[in-house]
Amino acid sequence: VFPWFGLDIGGTLVKLVYFEPKDITAEEEEEEVENLKSIRKYLTSNIAYGSAGIRDVHLELKELTLCARKGNLHFIRFPTHDMPAFIHMGSEKHFSSLHTTLCATGGGAHKFEQDFRTMGDLQLCKLDELDCLIKGVLYIDSVGFNGHSECYYFENPTDAERCQKLPFNLENPYPLLLVNIGSGVSILAVYSKDNYKRVTGTSLGGGTFFGLCCLLTGCSTFEEALEMASHGDSTKVDKLVRDIYGGDYERFGLPGWAVASSFGNMMSKEKRESVSKEDLARATLVTITNNIGSIARMCALNENINRVVFVGNFLRINTISMRLLAYALDYWSKGQLKALFLEHEGYFGAVGALLELLDSA
Amino acid sequence: MAERGGRGAHGRLDKSITLPPHEIFRNLENAKRFAIGGSLTKLAYYSTVQHKVARVRSFDHSGKDLEHEPLYEISVQEEITARLHFIKFENTYIETCLDFIKDHLVNTETKVIKATGGGAYKFKDLIEKKLGLKVDKEDVMTCLIKGCNFVLKNIPHEVFAYQKDSDTEFRFQTNHPNIFPYLLVNIGSGVSIVKVETEDQFEWIGGSSIGGGTFWGLGALLTKTKKFDELLQLASKGQHTNVDMLVKDVYGGAYQTLGLSGNLIASSFGKSTTADKEFSKEDMAKSLLHMISNDIGQLACLYAKLHNLDKIYFGGFFIRGHPVTMRTITYSINFFSKGEVQALFLRHEGYLGAIGAFLKGAEQDNPNQYSWGENYAGSSGLMSTSPDVFPMQRCRSGTFDMLEMDRLERPLVNLPLLKDPSTYIPDTVDLTDDAMARKYWLTCFEEALDGVAKRAAASQPDSVDAPERAEKFRQKYWNKLQTLRQQPFAYGTLTVRSLLDTREHCLNEFNFPDPYSKVKQKENGIALKCFQSVIESLDSLGWEERQFALVKGLLAGNVFDWGAKAVSDVLESEPQFGFEEAKSKLQERPWLEDSYSQWLKRLKEGPPHKCALIFADNSGIDIILGVFPFVRELLSRGTEVILACNSGPALNDVTYSESLIVTERIAAMDPVIQSALREEKLMLVQTGSSSPCLDLSRLDKGLAVLVRERETDLVIIEGMGRAIHTNYYAALKCESLKLAVIKNSWLADRLGGKIFSVIFKYEVPCK
Repeated sequence: VFPWFGLDIGGTLVKLVYFEPKDITAEEEEEEVENLKSIRKYLTSNIAYGSAGIRDVHLELKELTLCARKGNLHFIRFPTHDMPAFIHMGSEKHFSSLHTTLCATGGGAHKFEQDFRTMGDLQLCKLDELDCLIKGVLYIDSVGFNGHSECYYFENPTDAERCQKLPFNLENPYPLLLVNIGSGVSILAVYSKDNYKRVTGTSLGGGTFFGLCCLLTGCSTFEEALEMASHGDSTKVDKLVRDIYGGDYERFGLPGWAVASSFGNMMSKEKRESVSKEDLARATLVTITNNIGSIARMCALNENINRVVFVGNFLRINTISMRLLAYALDYWSKGQLKALFLEHEGYFGAVGALLELLDSA
Repeated sequence: MAERGGRGAHGRLDKSITLPPHEIFRNLENAKRFAIGGSLTKLAYYSTVQHKVARVRSFDHSGKDLEHEPLYEISVQEEITARLHFIKFENTYIETCLDFIKDHLVNTETKVIKATGGGAYKFKDLIEKKLGLKVDKEDVMTCLIKGCNFVLKNIPHEVFAYQKDSDTEFRFQTNHPNIFPYLLVNIGSGVSIVKVETEDQFEWIGGSSIGGGTFWGLGALLTKTKKFDELLQLASKGQHTNVDMLVKDVYGGAYQTLGLSGNLIASSFGKSTTADKEFSKEDMAKSLLHMISNDIGQLACLYAKLHNLDKIYFGGFFIRGHPVTMRTITYSINFFSKGEVQALFLRHEGYLGAIGAFLKGAEQDNPNQYSWGENYAGSSGLMSTSPDVFPMQRCRSGTFDMLEMDRLERPLVNLPLLKDPSTYIPDTVDLTDDAMARKYWLTCFEEALDGVAKRAAASQPDSVDAPERAEKFRQKYWNKLQTLRQQPFAYGTLTVRSLLDTREHCLNEFNFPDPYSKVKQKENGIALKCFQSVIESLDSLGWEERQFALVKGLLAGNVFDWGAKAVSDVLESEPQFGFEEAKSKLQERPWLEDSYSQWLKRLKEGPPHKCALIFADNSGIDIILGVFPFVRELLSRGTEVILACNSGPALNDVTYSESLIVTERIAAMDPVIQSALREEKLMLVQTGSSSPCLDLSRLDKGLAVLVRERETDLVIIEGMGRAIHTNYYAALKCESLKLAVIKNSWLADRLGGKIFSVIFKYEVPCK
């Protein structure tokens, strides 16, 4: 029974995947209730919804076969603080009359369950977010990205000139370290399709980058923060090894360019006064990214895994962080660890939720 | 002097405070070697200290009237010992200090000063110009590790765990005989994680750029607060939940399938992702503190796991004496290691770099060959820098701080007979933990102080300045006691032993090396005169009766103890209080702790012991009429005896050199003792200690060697200080006998008895 939705309600963003059937028969068309049709039209004919809802058109998976149906998979996101409006809209459009199950994952599935029930007359099917995440990753990787590879890596990450993005074949993915960078970070060791464990997590994630940027620069969107970061110079803010030792710290094999103290230069009043907002945004990005890289690397070593897949919306339009992660993992592991990335960054939980819906049907 | 309230409500340091250089740069005249380091200035030097020691020497008695001559001669001599001084002061005072050093540094042959840390680079020129010494820079981390190894090995109770919301903020650890391997996490502006495997072998295994500099730099940007201390103050008042996104903010509650509590931070600063809301400075500082502490703790745990280490010591300016950061780091380690790893801190963490730099320069003096002891009289101790605790102390500690280590004449080692050296705790009651006991004992020592000072002055009737020095002693010890009332953890775990030792150190400080020397001399003389009649009466008894009489004699002898107030009262008023009267004061059997029957059975039925080690207590009646008859009986059974006495004086305890003279005199009267000495069946050794208590993990190496050689299978510990205040619960590998008379009614009450109750504890290790 349509509609097919998968919902992932995170701390900052709600991710919604919607399967638009393209093989609807005339008979089906006939029977399709009005509000179902209007939902389909609304979602597929727009690329923006309300003030902050966005459809990532470039991620759309075309002519996908799901449960013997052909169609397109759409990827939509909106801020979690718009959840009440979303539920309200669902109730206005009489979503409940469709008698469909709404599969949802992420913390918000728990937090908003009550609201869905009382305001939208909807019973959520709550799903574990890590189960959904892994399911989504494995599925999307297997179907590919419209004929291209979903998974990629950066070759020569240590060389700015020669660094390039290349496809990676994730056919035999196990064991795998999966690092999901949303508002916070979860790190999973995946040994098979249904054997995984959460190794650890850190609260220094995308939310921290964005939150600190808002406080330090007065920016108001993630895009704005990233844009600023792209024009900044973090070495004005951070204290590097060479700032302390004049060059490399040979006793410990530390290169002079390595950051010795994030924001370390900001201990000095003069330097605080001379840095730009862009520099601060860049330093925040570098600090958070390097830290995630460092924790991921330690987890990979402890779990004896050498492939690390980074996902999550922190990486959306964030090439700086991806290249930094690729570089850091490669450099500090002396080439032993490989950083991998996936095109659908933050949508795997929602995809997993959709798949659960179809499995249960 | 540092003024009260110098660090006011706003935490600003009043620049009018001046350092008292005479108070802190002690003994500079004799300084030999220097090191300097750190962001606060830490200065280390090695000097020689001249102090007076009491020596005893046997008279030549040939043809003299033994009746009216004292037993031996007491002379006070100058002795030179080595001392390490470590001083810490704010960089603001460096010029004043360098000037003072220059004026007083007269005897040094040194041409170089070893330096490490940021300050060393910064003040290189100033130091070279002012002192005319060449500054020799040393690697920071090498110095840090060297210093760390030194304090871990040499300072008891150096290591502590921090416990929040507990009566005892600081929980001190016993020194482990093997300190390696360990992880040192140094949180300066960045974080260095170093694995230390042996004395000279260490490896930088990782680090993080998110450290103290991040807290400070980012904190200054966010809150416009410039000083590190002020940022910590802000943080301690803030609510991080206003800024951080918690698990419950995302989930509405806990994330149950993963067991993540709703109060965990899901995303640091996750709530500040908006341009139009104001956040308080306090809340942001708190959030930042949590973010950084958690991150460091997490990385430290990951490194500890990868390298299979369970001891993590934290240091660096981020930690240094700040309960706020110790608390958050402890929380983080506990969380990420699931309680498997404990965050540990060091009492002298701030000195490590300077100590290490100094040791590097002093390698020719071989400081690592010796044992060292903290001089409680000269060290300022650990200060709690909780914003609300004792503002005067806090202000002073922010200005300067000192540590003094005395080089001990002889290396100290564990008693080989300790059952488990790594868990041995000498002290019976932890006064840091037990507030009631602490109150009692501090008051007790305060009340006894006037008497001690009076006795000290009286012990040197020929010295003009004795009363003045005694008053200075009184004042110093009084201040120490007041400090300990406020900060019981200042010198590690507070115990009756540490209170007694501190008093001895303070007495030495003012040249009262042995206030009881004359008393001991007199008592030894009196007791020797009674020796033969005591032996005769013992010999007239049947075997079983004699055994009981010997034990009673040992106990009665133990009543003579100038350390206990109740006894000193009696002795001051009734100097003739005799051996027999003491016996009559003793509790009748059954004693408070009474395993005499087992002991008797053991003597009756078991084979003679191979060798007994006896730790003697008091001079006079105790050693001569109590211990020696007992020793004589053991020797007669075919048991060899090692008699261990203190190396230096403490109260009226018999010292090693006094024991030599006393034994010689007894041998002259008694053929059993004489032949045992000749055949080396009775051996006199020194403990290496000058304490009225006994730490079996720090004993003279010679004693330990002898104990092993002679296959010692019985240890006898006598007296309140050695068998009750310490070692009451000490577990040994061989049979042991702990006996004492409780001469303190409060303690007797605690143990469920009355004053003059008897402890007779005979223990056989379970197989």
